[in-house]
Amino acid sequence: MVDPFTVRDCALIAIATGQSAQTLAELRDKLDIVPASSIYYHFWGGLLRPRFDDPEYQNDFAIWVRHSIHDKPLAERLALVNPTDFPDLEILRKELIDIIEERMDESEILPWIKASQSFYFVRSQIVIFDTRRRLETPEELGRHIPHMSLGSIFYHFIDARRRTPLARDDFSAWLSGFGSRYALLTEQVSHIDPYFINLMELREEIAKVFRQNELTEGI
Amino acid sequence: MATLLDQYESIVGADVIDQLRQLARLLVGKNVLHVNSTKAGGGVAELLHRIVPLMRELGIDAHWETISGDAEFFQCTKLMHNSLQGKRMDIPETMLKHYEVINAENFGMLRNSLEEADIVFIHDPQPAALIENLPERKGRWIWRCHIDAGRPYRPVWRYLKRFVQDYDASIWSLSEFAQRLPHPMYLMAPSIDPLSDKNCELSREDLEKTYERFGLDFERPIITQISRFDRFKDPLGVLHTYRLVKEFIPIQLVYAGGGATDDPEGEEVYSQVMTSAGDDPDVHILMLPPDDNLTVNALQRISDIILQKSLREGFGLTVAEALWKAKPVIGGDTGGIRLQVVNHYTGFLVNTPEGAALRIRYLLKRRNNLKEIGERAREYVRENFLITRNVREYLTLMIAIMHEAEDRIELA
Repeated sequence: MVDPFTVRDCALIAIATGQSAQTLAELRDKLDIVPASSIYYHFWGGLLRPRFDDPEYQNDFAIWVRHSIHDKPLAERLALVNPTDFPDLEILRKELIDIIEERMDESEILPWIKASQSFYFVRSQIVIFDTRRRLETPEELGRHIPHMSLGSIFYHFIDARRRTPLARDDFSAWLSGFGSRYALLTEQVSHIDPYFINLMELREEIAKVFRQNELTEGI
Repeated sequence: MATLLDQYESIVGADVIDQLRQLARLLVGKNVLHVNSTKAGGGVAELLHRIVPLMRELGIDAHWETISGDAEFFQCTKLMHNSLQGKRMDIPETMLKHYEVINAENFGMLRNSLEEADIVFIHDPQPAALIENLPERKGRWIWRCHIDAGRPYRPVWRYLKRFVQDYDASIWSLSEFAQRLPHPMYLMAPSIDPLSDKNCELSREDLEKTYERFGLDFERPIITQISRFDRFKDPLGVLHTYRLVKEFIPIQLVYAGGGATDDPEGEEVYSQVMTSAGDDPDVHILMLPPDDNLTVNALQRISDIILQKSLREGFGLTVAEALWKAKPVIGGDTGGIRLQVVNHYTGFLVNTPEGAALRIRYLLKRRNNLKEIGERAREYVRENFLITRNVREYLTLMIAIMHEAEDRIELA
């Protein structure tokens, strides 16, 4: 017997850290000292705040290096960093610093070029609350997903990867409890890459996988 | 009659309102007090007129009080306001003492409300010193700075910081506006109210009357900037832009600004603009009464493109107002305009009249792009700059502040 799926929701609020950077060298130094929640925010916070998707540069560090330091090679390298590949934020922090230092070694002046706009480090607080909705079956979950708030999608699909020991989204983790009957659905949901889409698109993509399985497996 | 929440639900959707109800469930019955210095005029009062009833509808025991003061007090707080925005204005010691006395008098009148509240929001510098009168506080006190204080005149900021640092948290509109303080500095962009006179839907008849009233030709494109007569809004640059475009396209320009201004430079800038405009019949320089929001709304709606060619700007909410009316905005690359104008998505950021002229010509030539950008702009505002987002952030902040400053707050 699988426990019902508890639908939670979350709201994120941004907090200024008081740290900013005007050069690449400063960005490197500040990256070393800002709270881990700031690194989290600059990778994922964009999903819950005003921003249009930048098709080339998926995190705030890459965007800043491209548009304010004007260094394309480093922007491209930073853009390639996929946070879901890192088991925790400290390892991600080290990777970012390594990439920046490697690029600084390639140019004598790059570390000291003054940015056209400063980078402001922001961290976030996340408030997670129970919506009191309980879903008993995968079918019920499938019907409910299109109506979930974007906060719920963020919590169960993005935040879950940071929160759970297997770094897995909550939907596929719950579906796997039903055994082989939903194996294909579970696999398809777990393979959705949330990194290049916004939350509305992500919600639609998850809902689509459920719809497709309804057709093929009679859910 | 539909409740406020019902009215907003028809604009933002049920899931957004449902999320507000879910969050508010955790705050039902909490006594929340907002304090500012005026019930009428200005963006803060406009915001509170809506946010307080919305919070009450959500089950929160929200109240709004204002402080009162004499001419000397408001002269002092005006100087503070300008100094926080970077003007070098020394405030005499006697005036600062008077500021503290007036705050103490107001504290006496508001004492019960301030003592009983679970959360107190103090808006801007005017009532900031209330806090020193209540060293033993039951509730959480939060200072909301609506001003761009990114580069303040240091002596004045140092004075104000004496009070502000005692708060449990502060709220700033952008991270570049925030000053370092020993408490959490929350970031909250301002918002617009889609139900207000400034932003509500208008009838075709209302719009037609606006053409007639100002002698505008509905056959030719209209470019509009809504701004005070202030050098930082670059009105002469706007005229220069108009002339550069006019060589190619027979456009009309509207520059509409508020009439009542406490800026002594306002009159001087206005006459410079009038002189520069000359007798060109297609340039319409309008001095509107400060509360003529329906006219501003109509002018934005009959325009093809909105300019906000500021050289320096706080948040610049007129941009969100224009985007909400599905108009592309060509804005100065400064302050909060950068958060609202995204190149090719909601408009264009520019640095010169030449840049603005080029983008106007581009959009007027490519009408499909203009329409697409306008539609995207409206959706961008719907998701990010409506008052419902502001309410969500206030609720989130209140929950966060009542659970200490942890990164993750998991509530049963």
